[in-house]
Amino acid sequence: MNAARSRITLPFLIFVTPVLMWLFLLIVLPHIDLLLMSFRIEDDAGAMVWSLVNYLNFFDEPVYWRTFTRTAVYAILTTMITFSVSLPVAFYITKVVSPRFSGFLSLLLLMPFWVSELVRVYGWMILLRESGVINHFLLRAGLLQRPVEMLYNDITMVMGLVYTSMLFMVVPLISVLESLDDSLIEAAYDLGGNVFSIVTRIIIPHAMPGIVSGGIVVFMLTLGNYLTPNLIGGKNSLWFTEQIYNQFIASFNWNQGAAFGFLLLILSSAMVWIGLKLTRQKLSQVVQ
Amino acid sequence: MALDLSVEKVSKSFGDFTAVNEVSFAVEQGRFFSILGPSGCGKTTLLRMIAGFIEPTGGRILIRGSDMANLPPNRRPVNLIFQHLALFPMMNVAQNIAFGLQRRREKKPDIDRKVADILERVGLPKFGNKNIGQLSGGQKQRVAIARCLVLDPAVLLLDEPLGALDLKLREQMKVELKKLQAQVGTTFIYITHDQSEALVMSDHVAVMNKGRFEQVDTPRMLYAHPKTPFVARFVGDNNAWNGIVADQRDNLCTIKTADGQTFSAGAEPDLKPGATVSFFIRPEAIIIAPESGLDDFNRLTVTIKSILFDGANSRLLATPTDGDAELMIALPQNRQYDHLAAGDRVDIGWSARSASCFRVP
Repeated sequence: MNAARSRITLPFLIFVTPVLMWLFLLIVLPHIDLLLMSFRIEDDAGAMVWSLVNYLNFFDEPVYWRTFTRTAVYAILTTMITFSVSLPVAFYITKVVSPRFSGFLSLLLLMPFWVSELVRVYGWMILLRESGVINHFLLRAGLLQRPVEMLYNDITMVMGLVYTSMLFMVVPLISVLESLDDSLIEAAYDLGGNVFSIVTRIIIPHAMPGIVSGGIVVFMLTLGNYLTPNLIGGKNSLWFTEQIYNQFIASFNWNQGAAFGFLLLILSSAMVWIGLKLTRQKLSQVVQ
Repeated sequence: MALDLSVEKVSKSFGDFTAVNEVSFAVEQGRFFSILGPSGCGKTTLLRMIAGFIEPTGGRILIRGSDMANLPPNRRPVNLIFQHLALFPMMNVAQNIAFGLQRRREKKPDIDRKVADILERVGLPKFGNKNIGQLSGGQKQRVAIARCLVLDPAVLLLDEPLGALDLKLREQMKVELKKLQAQVGTTFIYITHDQSEALVMSDHVAVMNKGRFEQVDTPRMLYAHPKTPFVARFVGDNNAWNGIVADQRDNLCTIKTADGQTFSAGAEPDLKPGATVSFFIRPEAIIIAPESGLDDFNRLTVTIKSILFDGANSRLLATPTDGDAELMIALPQNRQYDHLAAGDRVDIGWSARSASCFRVP
């Protein structure tokens, strides 16, 4: 106790105060306000009263929880696809390519992120829309008779989400794979292992902390993504963040929107917790 | 006896650099064969070619008579023990050993029995459930050997596996490894830069330098009759001198050194007078205060510069009175020479036949 107290020195306070202020003023305080808001409704007389109706609406109205389920399923699917695309990429960068070149390749991976997500999504739209670049070339090549609308469907939306979140999976994977001793892979190969058994028995168990941390980030980002589902998936994509947006902006029902926001937070945290339990990882190890 | 491994004119070049240059050798079944060489001599490249991680640019590798060309490591009947062992930290001891058997799709009861058997054989019974991190250096070593031996390979390749151990354990593992090899009867190919490991354990040792084999021989022959100056220098300690042949008779030549001394040394008959030679004399071949009247004997008076005490391996550093060369002389620890001190002058000598002599190009 004494030891802990003696560590709180003036320099410590100087450095920790901005962080605490940041956390409290910009994150904790608004959330408390939103939380309080989510438990209040307007009664018939127009006065604000306490109620659980905002939360019950989520379960009573199928469109809400179905949207959430759909969002969650697609977020999990996106996370899995992102992982299966990122693992070979990370493996190639860390183990196959010469070390001189691997830094350059990591930089190439980062490059798209110098541009805002909005611009990147519009880039995809220019490529994929009915009058877009890809349709143009397919028509020229005679592969298509008339242009096809490639936007506004779930496949394109998932592809866009994978593209947006890939970096957040590749970076933790690169860092765990760098710590994997090459001779372990060679030893497994020497003992009769093939690609499948080396990946499943050696690489994935070793990379598990990176996979889980990348998975959490990708899952949370995808679940909370608004731009990509809305622009590529179209107005009918029914992403849960759009429901929240609609409550706040379209219906101007801030109380309902706040309740949905908290439901998103609680349900996604619960899913991450289940994911950690299933893969037998501890959060403290994963965030390292 | 059947050949487990034969390497025929195998070469490997990386660009302009030739790492392994037309190396040929054969290893009989059940032998302990070592490849000894300084770092960068190409021994690891050679071993990795046998294991299948590197394709040779020339020559053939045959294991039990079948050509290994284009066969990947997972389909060769050889296993490699890595320098840092490469045990899988995500598995326990039993899972590590079972890995290769599972890849062969053996039945679970068979795998369990084989794993228990091999653990017993390497002296680690009931270690199956331990994690790799719980093992000591020597135990890891044995698990790594067990993991390969359980697959019953035709040839077991070892890439300096004792390098990471401390000195005491290394001495102990040397003896254990030799015993284990004799017991299981698997052919071992062992590469090392440590001559003592190679000499103690091997039936045959190949000394490798700059991508070539300098000499392949039994440890005793390698030590007593080195065939090249490199082997003489690299295997064991040696005192070296350069000189010019003055006379040659009965396979014994008289050599004049640059600092004006004359020695006789055993030599091949083709060393003609006038040839420049290096000759080598082992520290333990030099006798302190030799008795008089010996034939073909070199005598010298030296001044002791220092005494390097190292137990049974103690040495004297001395310079000849009329020369500037430095000589290393074995100092037997039988208390007979306890009175020697730095600055003393002593008579030394060695039999001409115990020196080896090579032409210098």
